[in-house]
Amino acid sequence: MNVLHFVNAFFSDGAHWQGYDGIPTRLAEHIRYSLLALVLAAAIGLPVGLLTGHYGRGGNTLALIATAGRALPSFGLLVLMFILLGFGMVPVMIPLVVLAVPPILVTTYEAVRSVDPSPVDAARGMGMGESRILFHVELPVALPLILGGLRSAAIQIVSTATIAAYVSLGGLGRYIIDGLYQRDYEKVAGGAALVAVLALATLAVFWAVARAAVSPGVRRGG
Amino acid sequence: MNRFFDIPSDLQHSWLGLIGLHLREALLPVLAGLVAALPLAQLCVRFRWLYPPVLGLTTVLYAIPSLAFFVVLIDYTGQTELTVMIPLAVYSLVVLVPAIVDGVRSVPPETLAAATAMGFGPLRRYAQVQLPIAVPAIIAGLRVATVSSISLVSVGMLIGNQGALGNLLHDANIYHRPELAVNSVVTTAALAVLADGALVLLRLLLTPWMPRGTGGRRPKDAQARPDAAVPAPEDADR
Repeated sequence: MNVLHFVNAFFSDGAHWQGYDGIPTRLAEHIRYSLLALVLAAAIGLPVGLLTGHYGRGGNTLALIATAGRALPSFGLLVLMFILLGFGMVPVMIPLVVLAVPPILVTTYEAVRSVDPSPVDAARGMGMGESRILFHVELPVALPLILGGLRSAAIQIVSTATIAAYVSLGGLGRYIIDGLYQRDYEKVAGGAALVAVLALATLAVFWAVARAAVSPGVRRGG
Repeated sequence: MNRFFDIPSDLQHSWLGLIGLHLREALLPVLAGLVAALPLAQLCVRFRWLYPPVLGLTTVLYAIPSLAFFVVLIDYTGQTELTVMIPLAVYSLVVLVPAIVDGVRSVPPETLAAATAMGFGPLRRYAQVQLPIAVPAIIAGLRVATVSSISLVSVGMLIGNQGALGNLLHDANIYHRPELAVNSVVTTAALAVLADGALVLLRLLLTPWMPRGTGGRRPKDAQARPDAAVPAPEDADR
């Protein structure tokens, strides 16, 4: 009787594959929440990070944001928002986005800052405008690091969305939380396996995106 | 707010007691991670082929959500403090190994050659030359590991109230006392900031040769020295 036994029992039970509490539904919910939070966080973090990185301003403020973002306890913030704002998507999305913005913002800033200045100077000498320099020179070179920041944000969102089951969010965390309350360890272990697989799948997706999107010249150099 | 520090009796701890518990649950794993990471990192430095697979494994381990890690361990260690501390130790290890490897590798070869020429054996060279020069990188890794560990202990609340300050969150929920949740968040964040500051102070004490502060640093200095103090790229909070 070990964990694998419980996981196997969970997956071979046909009842876990259908209905509102079925694996496909919960998986789709989890992916939907995570994607929404990631898109919102990227919509805030990427433009600000690209601009501050390009103009080289605000490094100290960003370092402060990074430390603050890391120090904030994600779980505590989640429960606090739930208590203050009640049920619903908004109280869950706020902490998810707040926690995902700092890694994206700071990594993007660092990535653009660390681009070799000589090609940037060359582009400026050739008469490129600031926006073309940013999008055609700095962005392609900084892309691997930026994707790394997005990846750690995404992984953080996936695992925090799991904990969010405690504050009544759907998703795969439901199995773990409900299973713990029902003393149904089969459900707990199955849920944990699903969450772990989803996190690893997130890693794999970012690896594939990096292979496809990063220009071969940059990959060889980096 | 006058009941801010009025901790419900079911937690069986005062506010300070919860802080002590929280620090123990958060810092012991970091220490364990450091003790395990030093020899592992040294192996990765010695045998270069070992580093890429270790790095891949650490990335994968680091992606496993904390709650999943906790509940899988329940089968072996029950709903105890140890179940919270083992995953935290693994996360710390995973953050520290790349930090230490990068730090030790950043030691300039001339310095190593000089140490060898002065008659240092490999052990003495490691302890007296490589390790001190790697201190900024190690501390940078420790900062990430410590802060995320302090934040993650709260999740232990979900597995049988093993979350120290995180247990306040559950009580805030069932007793309808939002101020307890505020207390939990603020205290945890303050602990994280204080621990971070303490590590920065430790670095300043251990590396008296490094330029102090960022304002007065001349660009020439900054370029001459390989900056080992860049924090580990992975952000470590979940």
